[in-house]
Amino acid sequence: MSVATHRELDDMLGTKWRKPAMVKRTWLRWALVIGFVAYLIAAVLSVEVNWLRVWEGLDRGAAFVAAFASPDFVSRGSDIWAGMLESIVMTVASSVVGILISIPIALGAARNIAPLPVYMVCRGIIAVSRALQEIIVAILLVAIFGFGPLAGFLTLSFATIGFLSKLLAEDIESMDRSQAEAVRATGSKWAQWIDYGVTPQVLPRLVGLSIYRVDINFRESAILGLVGAGGIGATLNTAFDRYEYDTAAAILLIIIAIVMALEYISGVVRARVQ
Amino acid sequence: MLRLDALTKTYKTGDQALKAVTLAVPSGQVLALIGPSGAGKSTLIRCINRLVEPSSGAVMLGDVDLTKLGAGALRRERRRMGMIFQEYALVERLTVMENVLSGRLGYVGFWRSLTRRFPQSDVDEAFRLLDRVGLLHMADKRADELSGGQRQRVGICRALIQNPALLLVDEPTASLDPKTSRQIMRLICELCAERGLAAIINIHDVALAQMFVARVIGLRLGEVVFDGPPDGLTPDRLTEIYGEEDWEATIDALDEEDEIEAAE
Repeated sequence: MSVATHRELDDMLGTKWRKPAMVKRTWLRWALVIGFVAYLIAAVLSVEVNWLRVWEGLDRGAAFVAAFASPDFVSRGSDIWAGMLESIVMTVASSVVGILISIPIALGAARNIAPLPVYMVCRGIIAVSRALQEIIVAILLVAIFGFGPLAGFLTLSFATIGFLSKLLAEDIESMDRSQAEAVRATGSKWAQWIDYGVTPQVLPRLVGLSIYRVDINFRESAILGLVGAGGIGATLNTAFDRYEYDTAAAILLIIIAIVMALEYISGVVRARVQ
Repeated sequence: MLRLDALTKTYKTGDQALKAVTLAVPSGQVLALIGPSGAGKSTLIRCINRLVEPSSGAVMLGDVDLTKLGAGALRRERRRMGMIFQEYALVERLTVMENVLSGRLGYVGFWRSLTRRFPQSDVDEAFRLLDRVGLLHMADKRADELSGGQRQRVGICRALIQNPALLLVDEPTASLDPKTSRQIMRLICELCAERGLAAIINIHDVALAQMFVARVIGLRLGEVVFDGPPDGLTPDRLTEIYGEEDWEATIDALDEEDEIEAAE
């Protein structure tokens, strides 16, 4: 047997070695590459650009950008303040409510914890929440509840459920089985098992995701105002409609500052909770 | 005290991990379960406390058939079976004390455990056990700050605070160095003797098993192929359990002086 192996080895010595290709059939590999490049070229050519319109638009763009050099926080100060306050209230309320609802749904959507029927229902809720884009939900809710922050608050809570439940459920599914098994072996009840065997493993992720979601909810609250769901977005929309670019610039700067602050805070908190 | 009666486990894939295993363990007996990887050692002890559901057969703990119990009754019976795991299986982000006290979860209510307000008697017992294994000063450290040997000691405390009648021990020394392995095995056997506990210890280190236990069960492909005292493990017997190999060195390792003489 060893003689045969050596003959095989002798044949291989001196031959080149390359990593095996991902697509084994050569013709298929080249067909895929050429097809992709051809599509890319066709796609770029199909975009119609009206260069005259672009030339005219450059002035307006420049005016908008120039407004950032002289943002006007004062002349619409009370509107900005009220809108900002509304956005913050929407953000906090929707994050708290959304996260509280997300946690049980996440437990139900983790296949290693939940029985199949519960799993299907919870995954269904997540799928619906993720399929409906925030703006669409907001338009629907504004139609039902009228203009104002209530519609925005409900929209963001709904969106939070899809986001947080899905990611938390995935973290629960990838937890270390043996740690949870050890707690179950002591004769613990289900709730105690979750408390001792599961929660400690996923808590850092839950905290990190929650802060990230607060951040997203704040940014979304600035968009939702455009469809009448309250918050700073409504003020921003009005500023654009009146061509008050300096006020709009002021609002955008405040949003950027708050998002950056949240980003910094989330970094600090995530480093602490490990 | 523990009796397995034609215990069988067939996985969904069709693999038969246990083939009608019948076995009796009297109270206070410590036995080692040896056999190659995939022989069904882990499945066997997990079928006892039903972390793995057996397919058929009976597991009698005292007068109770564990395989027939509903969820609530099974939880109550699980309190009588302490389990010690391969790779320790401590909850890493909990403190040593929380890990030890989690052995009492079967006895305390949900709110007490949620707020970590365990009865003083439980807390005192946890302190006593930690002191017994030499880790009292580590009580408030997080489990992931401990070394391997220390973690397994905490795992032992967690199993013992259940006040069990039986210990199920799954490869307790699999990731420990030889010296720590011996210390852990010695500790488990001493504690079993002190408390009159029966134990089933899965172990793949044959020499280590021979050193500490009075009875060895050899498992091969889900069947018991050896049941007897450790010195009955001759090369022929080991071949029957594990397959063809030169076993002299394994058996000699039992007594290092013999080994030196043999070398001379």
